[in-house]
Amino acid sequence: MHVLSNPRPRAAGSLVALLVLLGGSALAQGPTYGVGRTPTPEEIRAWDISVGPTGDELPPGSGTAAEGARIYRIRCAGCHGRNLEGGREPRRAPRLVKTEPGRDVDPWDAGRILPYRSPYATTVWDYINRGMPLYQEGTLTADQVYALTAFLLFRNDVIAEDLVIDAESLPQVEMPNRDGWAPLPDWKPGSPRLPGYPF
Amino acid sequence: MGVKRPDRREFLRGGAALAGGLTVGAVEPAHGQAPEPERFIRGEADMIAYGERSPFVTSVRIPHPPGGRESPDAFGLVFHVAAPLQDSVGTITPSSLHFVGTTRGSLMPEIDPSEHRLMIHGLVDRPLVFTMEDLKRLPSVTRLHFIECAGNNARATHKTVQETHGMTSCAEWTGVLLSTLLEEAGVKDGASWVVAEGTENVKGASSFPLAKAMDDCIVAYGMNGEAVRPQNGFPLRLLIPGFEGIFNTKYLRRIKVVDRYYMNYNDYGHLRRDSVRAALGYQIGPKSVITFPSGGQKLSGRGFYEVSGLAWSGGGAITRVEVSTDAGRSWQEAEIQGTAHRMAHTRFRLAWNWDGQETQLMSRCTDEVGQMQPLPTQVAEHFNAAPDPSYRVPGLDNTIQPWRIASDGSVHNARA
Repeated sequence: MHVLSNPRPRAAGSLVALLVLLGGSALAQGPTYGVGRTPTPEEIRAWDISVGPTGDELPPGSGTAAEGARIYRIRCAGCHGRNLEGGREPRRAPRLVKTEPGRDVDPWDAGRILPYRSPYATTVWDYINRGMPLYQEGTLTADQVYALTAFLLFRNDVIAEDLVIDAESLPQVEMPNRDGWAPLPDWKPGSPRLPGYPF
Repeated sequence: MGVKRPDRREFLRGGAALAGGLTVGAVEPAHGQAPEPERFIRGEADMIAYGERSPFVTSVRIPHPPGGRESPDAFGLVFHVAAPLQDSVGTITPSSLHFVGTTRGSLMPEIDPSEHRLMIHGLVDRPLVFTMEDLKRLPSVTRLHFIECAGNNARATHKTVQETHGMTSCAEWTGVLLSTLLEEAGVKDGASWVVAEGTENVKGASSFPLAKAMDDCIVAYGMNGEAVRPQNGFPLRLLIPGFEGIFNTKYLRRIKVVDRYYMNYNDYGHLRRDSVRAALGYQIGPKSVITFPSGGQKLSGRGFYEVSGLAWSGGGAITRVEVSTDAGRSWQEAEIQGTAHRMAHTRFRLAWNWDGQETQLMSRCTDEVGQMQPLPTQVAEHFNAAPDPSYRVPGLDNTIQPWRIASDGSVHNARA
């Protein structure tokens, strides 16, 4: 029996070397194949719906919990329930409010509630924006997504009812689980699943 | 579709007459030839243009978990469906039987490949947009890789290997290494993670380490010698070999290089309180299962059987598979079929003579980084839990699967 390691690609490096040998002005850091086109900054902004913990990608707009409550009733309650309790068959939408009231409830003991357990409030915004409402994705405005995020965070006792959520305030929201989660292992080629674990 | 072939005897008579007219009338088989088939499949244009399997082969995917939602449901949504591993031979899962996982029940996007674009941006020197034509101009690789769903956890209530293990499949994937695209774009200093995004309803996005992106990930347009199929991500999907299924983003449209874990919704799904569970729900461990004989099958009597199964690991290539035919008391080295590829299903075989007595068959594998497939009790002991055979291991369950052979030859799941 043979164990075959996938060979590492060498074509890119040798092509660069060839170009350099041929006396071209190609820099080692330059593109090798010259395939693909450069997108415009506007194009990138339009495509880039990934909102990370710093919130750098958040668009202009704002919203409050009161506004969010109105939008929730119209766009979300049908599946997630009037009181955010979650849906039944055939639309098993997740519960959106923690099972116990109060500011100090352990995020790991209050149900798997995205707007409470997530370490970053930006994740709530990102998910509503990219994935909600189910099969009507992309139909909420940025203001509506800010408002719904504010509503969910308020109903989970994370923020005050009157806090205006926008690109500046959202990344500053301190989630209860900010430091309560385990980072993933530092992956390198040839890593086992978990150092010291033989299985 | 079967039809009687009417002209056979007439044709033979004519042939015999031409050959010299030695025999006029019935032509008898001369040297104990096998009986002729009575029925023939009439050629139909569609079948000739695009082949079909035999009507006698009826193996299909089933909902996962067993008894779960039917796909499609009343709304046309597709949920998880598991591959019929009990009928598998070799290492490739046919594309039409490859398991399908969907993030939350999806309509399959219908993407015109001429319209599809892949954007690479973020912490790169040169953001780039590729058409499918562009991607096919670039140096390509073809590799065997399995994909396994994080929900592929065997339970005592499961009856067949399709129920216990059907959420893994293996295909031959063709595409461009992600590292080729990232080198073309030029990764900036300070980059550490990559976010991949697909086009389906949820626009599924996962963060994975830049080190993995530069190692062996494939932006794949080919699957088993043809275009990736819609249920598997047509026209373009990401392969992150050895990582849990959800990372392998279908309908890939965007790759963003970033400087931190982005905690996308799919990442939130991997959120764990303790680091052991987080790690064990990430890269897939060494795992194997006997597919013949397996639950629901029946041995016709004592005598020779070739025991056969599949082994795979997210850690690399399978280096060893052992089989026990006596409920784990002794282990024999199984033969590994051909070359064991990295992060790919590997077929193993063992010759076995069944003496007709009740017993249990099991397999266990070892991979190139030295990880070994455990019994549930071994994992329990490792974590100082009670060594209970029904112990639920943390992360994706890769424990040994026992099949009980009853004295009547019937095969049953022996998992506690």
